[in-house]
Amino acid sequence: MVVKVYGGAYGSPKRVIACFIEKEIEYDVVHIDLFKGENTTPHYLNLQPFGALPVIQDGDYTLYESRAIIRYYAEKYKSQGTELLGRTVEERGLVEQWLEVEAHNFQPPLYDLVIHVLFDGKEGVIPDEKRIKEDEEKLARVLDVYEQRLSTSKYLAGDSFSLADLSHLPFGHYLVTSLGREYMIRDRKHVSRWWDDISSRPSWKKVLQLHPYVF
Amino acid sequence: MVVKVYGPAYASPKRVITCLVEKEIEYEVVHVNLFKGENTTPQYLQLQPFGVLPVIQDGDYTLYESRAIIRYYAEKYKTQGTELLGRTVEERGLVEQWLEVEAHNFHPPLDDLVIHVLFDGKKGVTPDEKRIKEDEEKLARVLDVYEQRLSTSKYLAGDSFSLADLSHLPFGHYLVTSLGKEYMIRERKHVSRWWDDISNRPSWKKVLHLYPPPV
Repeated sequence: MVVKVYGGAYGSPKRVIACFIEKEIEYDVVHIDLFKGENTTPHYLNLQPFGALPVIQDGDYTLYESRAIIRYYAEKYKSQGTELLGRTVEERGLVEQWLEVEAHNFQPPLYDLVIHVLFDGKEGVIPDEKRIKEDEEKLARVLDVYEQRLSTSKYLAGDSFSLADLSHLPFGHYLVTSLGREYMIRDRKHVSRWWDDISSRPSWKKVLQLHPYVF
Repeated sequence: MVVKVYGPAYASPKRVITCLVEKEIEYEVVHVNLFKGENTTPQYLQLQPFGVLPVIQDGDYTLYESRAIIRYYAEKYKTQGTELLGRTVEERGLVEQWLEVEAHNFHPPLDDLVIHVLFDGKKGVTPDEKRIKEDEEKLARVLDVYEQRLSTSKYLAGDSFSLADLSHLPFGHYLVTSLGKEYMIRERKHVSRWWDDISNRPSWKKVLHLYPPPV
């Protein structure tokens, strides 16, 4: 029996799928249509009570929150595929630090931009230029810190690719495509170098090919 | 040499200190006064480039983001003090899931209430009643899910206290004290039972006694 991932077409589930590919773990995808409210059915809420994506089912084991799922699989399958948690407990600490930075500093303004730019005037989203500008400014300040970090470190947590870098791929993708804000990456030499490196990994290319974004 | 924790008077550093007390790890504190902007000095930004609390210095090793720091110490000192990461990799997965839930669902509306009602209020900012109401409603929906979870599970991740429960103490404390919203906990029988259990742990009582919050 193979692990099932719900909602492959969307951003956060792609964190999990990229991790599975890096760790050479077989998986199946169960499609969920957010626009049809398939995340609010009693069946879905039984698996993920907050109605968010993704959730995984691995036999009897159910787990949600993409960053919890990737930590679980990266640890359980430590001895196969790419090492994604560092080699020592100190290296793992830095992976955890930058995973938290992604979750608390990079993701929130970027996610808000995705909703407000891509759904401006649709699905009940009220156009708000001031809010978009504030999100951009917050994200710019965060990317300035990344620029400094990546000027002395090949990847965020050190000299190897880890979950911390991987975690930026699904929403970073929006920034350089449909959000039309690739300059935020390209204006920053080291962030640009890092983005090219991580987004060129075969695992990410495969995720994009097999599970295209629905928006 | 003993680990130094910056900013004990504030909430997020208390996640770290409570963890260190549970794991029987010696530590020292370095006071940082947010109202005087001591988190924006070049010296502080060198340690924590986003200017937030806490950061720890353990000899040569510097780490920030409270939930990264507690994961690091809980793993490094797994064989001493309270087990905070579960006994199996599956149990740890659930700890990670609920740590993420705390970070993404419980924390943001509560943090907004704390900043807006308590800290801004102290600086003379007029409370925005609509914003406060929205934060409360979001938090209420989250606590409803907790109520259901805790009706069949003693602690969030299972039958033992873990980092996932601990992570709720510092901001949960504001909810039941200076924010004056204890009813949100008390109106939910299982959340109430759980809150009393975790907030009566000797570690938490010690942290509150040694480092009283500023508001």
